[in-house]
Parts: sequence; C-alpha cells; structure tokens
Amino acid sequence: MSEIEAPFLARLKSGDEAAFAGLVADLGPGLFDFARTFTSSPALAEDIVQETWLGVIRGLGAFEGRASLKTWIFSILVRRARTIAARDARLRARAAARAAEVEWEPGQGRRGLWEETPVPWSVEDPEAIHQSHEALVVLQSALDGLPEMQRQVVLLRDVEGLSAGDVCNILALSETNVRVILHRGRAKLRQALDRYVRDGTSDRGACTEPMGRIAGRGIR
Amino acid sequence: MNCYEAIDLMGDALENRVPSESRPGFDEHLGECPSCRTYLDQLRSTVRALAHLPRRRDTSALTSELLAAFRNRPR
Repeated sequence: MSEIEAPFLARLKSGDEAAFAGLVADLGPGLFDFARTFTSSPALAEDIVQETWLGVIRGLGAFEGRASLKTWIFSILVRRARTIAARDARLRARAAARAAEVEWEPGQGRRGLWEETPVPWSVEDPEAIHQSHEALVVLQSALDGLPEMQRQVVLLRDVEGLSAGDVCNILALSETNVRVILHRGRAKLRQALDRYVRDGTSDRGACTEPMGRIAGRGIR
Repeated sequence: MNCYEAIDLMGDALENRVPSESRPGFDEHLGECPSCRTYLDQLRSTVRALAHLPRRRDTSALTSELLAAFRNRPR
C-alpha cells in the first residue's frame, strides 16, 4: 500500500464518513462502467455497484491493505458481478454469438489484428487523436461493443490505469491471458478509430454518416 | 525479426518493456516495416485516447442506504 493510502485507510476504518463519501465519489463512476461489462442491464449494474459497496463496508475491518484499496474494491465487484450476472441469460447468449469471431493469437502475426495494410492517420499529430471529442465518442462506442472479457481488461488497464498485475488479480487471469486479451481488445479499438479517421477524410464517400465527416475535418 | 515476432512484442513495446535481447531486432524491424510501425503508432494513440475517455455518468451519489450501512457497520 502506498504512503498516501495508509492514512486514508485508517480514516475509513475509524468510520470517517467524509472519507467514505470521497471514496464513493472517486471510484463510483469507474465501478459502474466496469459493472456494465457483466450485464446488459443498467439497473443490474447499479445493483452490482451497490452490492460492491456493501461488501466493502463489511470487509473493511479485515482489509489489511496488501493490495491497493482500488484493486481490492474492483475484486469485490468481480465476485458480486459473477454471482448476480450469472442469472442474466442475455449475457450468455451474447458470449455465444461472439465465439465465432477470428481472434488474434500470439505467433499468428496480423491475423485478427488488421485486414488492410495500416496507413498512417492523416492527422498532424496522431497522438492527439484524444483531443477530438468525436473520436472519443467513436472509441467509447467501440469499447462498449467489445466482447465482455476484452472490455473488462481494457477498462481496467487503459481506462482505470491499473497495473497489469492488478488486472490479473482482479479478474483471476494469468499474465499471458491478460496480455493476449488486451492486444485483441486494443486492436479492435484501433480499427474503429482507423475506420473513423479514414472514412471521415476519404474522398471516396465511403462514409455517409455526418458525424464521421464533420469529425474527420475536426482532427485533421 | 519478422512481422510475426514483432507483433507479439507490441504489448511490451507499449509499456517500454521489450526484453533487452529482443530490442535491437524489434527496432530494426520497425525501421524497415512501415505496416508494423504504423500499427504500433496507432495502437499507442488508441491507448492514450482510452485514458482520456470522459466519464459518462456520475451516479456516484452516496445513497442514504450506503451511508447508514457505513455508519452502523460492526467494528
């Protein structure tokens, strides 16, 4: 546990309500997004988050801070979500529909990663794609559409910024698994951004969606 | 190094953790393969953009039920 976190944990354990409120405000939105990966129902996701906080409250006394507070709380969410969402039949139907996709495997080269030769994005600074609001909208919707486990790993690692080791612990996956799943997920997100950038700036009129065109100009 | 080997190392490359014994071969491959170089650049931009996604929803409101549970928890 970090030096900053130890006093905070002590405050929580002593029943400091402001500390608890701060924790809920800080982690709540991320927990909700993560809960959404386990269920198609927003209401169920809210239940999962609520159950997670109750689990945190119950477990706080015994929590010794061997993992970071954030990692511990996300782990609790996974356990609650797996119990609650197992009853959500739509989840299984979705997973089955996706099993047919070609997924990248180490040693398979670009198979499952890219179909066409990658062409540099025609933006002045490709690093700055995150400054385009529309690009972020495209990215968010692609993230929402990822298969469940890829979405979970990408959310924890790239959106929440947890370490690869923490992601392994939270999802009970091996390091190799996380690495492969992460690459699969990121590859699909790159592809979504690629489509957006190229359709938005292409003169072939491939994209008739107004947002793509407007946004394409925006990030040039 | 060929594309297959380079692609397997891209996750490490994003974290600047390419094993030192593979580093020269990896860099050399990127130098001569525009596809891999572009792909890696775009992956990097994608990861950076993910860190900038706006929060969609602020339901972090502390419910009275939660606060009561926190207040009344067994010590």
